[in-house]
Amino acid sequence: MNIVVCVKYVPDAQADRGFDESDLTTNRESVDGLLSELDEYAVEEALKIAEAGEGEVTVVTIGPDKAADAVKKALQMGADKGVHISDEAIRGSDAFATSLLLAKAIEKIGAPDLVITGMASTDGTMGVVPAMLAERLGLPQVTFASELTVDGDGVTIRRDGDTASETIIAKLPALVSVTDQINEPRYPSFKGIMAAKKKPVETWSLADLGVDAGAVGAAGAYTKVLSVTKRPPREQGQIVTDEGDGGSKLADFLASRKFI
Amino acid sequence: MPVERLLPTDEGADLIALVREIAEKELRPRVDQVEAAAAKTDAFPREIFTLMGASGLMSLPYAEEFGGAGQPYEIYLQVLEELSSVWMAAGLGISVHTLTCYPVASAGTPEQQAELLPWMLSGETLGAYALSEAQAGSDVASMTTRARRDGSDYLISGTKSWISHAGHADYYTTFARTSDDGGRGISCFIVPADSPGLSFGEPERKMGLHGDTVRQVIYDEVRVPEGRRIGAEGHGMPLALAGLDSGRLGIAAGATGLAQGALDLAAKYAVEREQFGRPIASNQGLAFLIADMAAAVGSARASYLYAARLRDAGRPFGKEAAIAKLIATDAAMKVTTDAVQVLGGAGYTQDFPAERYFREAKVTQIFEGTNQIQRLVIARATLGR
Ligand SMILES: Cc1cc2nc3c(=O)[nH]c(=O)nc-3n(C[C@H](O)[C@H](O)[C@H](O)COP(=O)(O)OP(=O)(O)OC[C@H]3O[C@@H](n4cnc5c(N)ncnc54)[C@H](O)[C@@H]3O)c2cc1C
Repeated sequence: MNIVVCVKYVPDAQADRGFDESDLTTNRESVDGLLSELDEYAVEEALKIAEAGEGEVTVVTIGPDKAADAVKKALQMGADKGVHISDEAIRGSDAFATSLLLAKAIEKIGAPDLVITGMASTDGTMGVVPAMLAERLGLPQVTFASELTVDGDGVTIRRDGDTASETIIAKLPALVSVTDQINEPRYPSFKGIMAAKKKPVETWSLADLGVDAGAVGAAGAYTKVLSVTKRPPREQGQIVTDEGDGGSKLADFLASRKFI
Repeated sequence: MPVERLLPTDEGADLIALVREIAEKELRPRVDQVEAAAAKTDAFPREIFTLMGASGLMSLPYAEEFGGAGQPYEIYLQVLEELSSVWMAAGLGISVHTLTCYPVASAGTPEQQAELLPWMLSGETLGAYALSEAQAGSDVASMTTRARRDGSDYLISGTKSWISHAGHADYYTTFARTSDDGGRGISCFIVPADSPGLSFGEPERKMGLHGDTVRQVIYDEVRVPEGRRIGAEGHGMPLALAGLDSGRLGIAAGATGLAQGALDLAAKYAVEREQFGRPIASNQGLAFLIADMAAAVGSARASYLYAARLRDAGRPFGKEAAIAKLIATDAAMKVTTDAVQVLGGAGYTQDFPAERYFREAKVTQIFEGTNQIQRLVIARATLGR
């Protein structure tokens, strides 16, 4: 079973994140980045499947030089090889371009049995790339899996909704996106760190993928960001001194915010 | 802000990144609750050692052929520092475990190493170091726990005091008297936890470091085969002292981490807390206190790293290890005391970890050789006698 996992390098949510003023993109240079936590679930799930049988796990990421760290982390966890798609022209790409690049890369890697992604990135959080990618690859899209089993030539997932849990089956090859409920991602070990140093990582440019620069980046985007505003710092809470009327003051406050 | 570290290798940098992730995600959310519970009950955070062991953190400085990571002390100690800056008992627990493996790794026969080390270094095993006794603390050579020959076995009887991990460890690296020849009459044994005749006292009620359970270990005719004696009969004392030279570096690194944690807390508080209409940090009187704390942390780190580099280069490092232990633990005491001061009344409450850091710092000046004993070591080495 050959599995490709798509992972993203995102700014550390703990750090002070911001935007690049010049082109309104997320600033990925000044802030420390890491493998998106939601993608760790995808890597873990792929490793579990590969470990249960024969198989190879390839991780692929798109991003600037530093994004290689996301691939490295996945390799340290146990993935077998990595692909890093990097090209100046990619800067400012939207979800359409991202899915195009991933599709081209996956075709170049070779037809996998299974493509696994996280359910969304922790920075953009659009959550549409898995569906777009499945469409481009012509694969069944089985999204938001909180449980995944591979049996023979098919996959079965459980998708938990607000009111019901659905069980969905699909034929392989397929694309599955997984939620943060599916497993408990492992930490790398020191042995994993050492092993990762010897694992192959290829860096591919647009030319390597045969993608025209006009199809990606800000120029190729279907959407345009007109403005970005940093969320204002959270205001200080309101402290009510209870002088016997604390209950009614609390009720007044909730009513003023239309909670009751 | 993370500490700026100069690491000799890429894998060292990756290891520190992994350790920071584990410390933030696994240790920080647990530390307050476990420390509070362990102060009053038998609670012991065995699961964090299992977790750290799975990532390879319980065997870093030992040879890869036995399951270690072959890491230099320069890197291993910075791992301890990072862990201790979040949870002292976690960092020091690894230091103690590393110490318990030392006799086998340095003086075991090839057969003993092949048999014992993969188990000790597996990450699933936790060791304890049973050296001190109630009447033999600084003066360990006066110990009375005795290992008596019985055919090809030994029978160990006596009581060890203040033993970290007692009751939770899988084995006890035990020092016992095999003859009445003072410091030359002591031998080292590896005693598995399930040995008949081995029992434990109640956990000591301590000032702090509650996550490190400390109890008496009681040996009542505990049978140990000759093959579990490490090193020659009567060579236990030099082995214990050599192990402590390295162990002291672990304490120094842990104390540095503790001081760093206290400094980070105090610096953050000082810019946020306002009095007289401005942050307290804008008073030079307070800013200089913070500056002195930062200087103390920096000198602590420099002194343990210097000793570590000597050790890694295969040079003598005992004196420098004693200096590092003295400087780093005194720095930890000073910095944690001042951190409470910077936080004022809040620092004296359990709403902030400053008071915990303060309580934890004190023990670093006491164990693995009190700071008076460090001065003894330094004086002897300096005066050449
Ligand atoms: C939390 C904790 C964990 C511990 N864990 C372990 C463990 O895992 N294994 C283990 O074997 N032990 C352990 N110990 C024991 C520890 O190593 C001893 O407490 C320490 O060596 C000091 O011995 P003592 O308590 O008997 O003090 P004493 O030796 O009685 O010292 C009392 C005072 O006298 C001073 N003093 C003694 N001799 C001299 C001298 N020659 N010159 C000047 N001053 C002197 C000391 O510095 C100290 O101030 C632990 C202790 C604690 C508190």
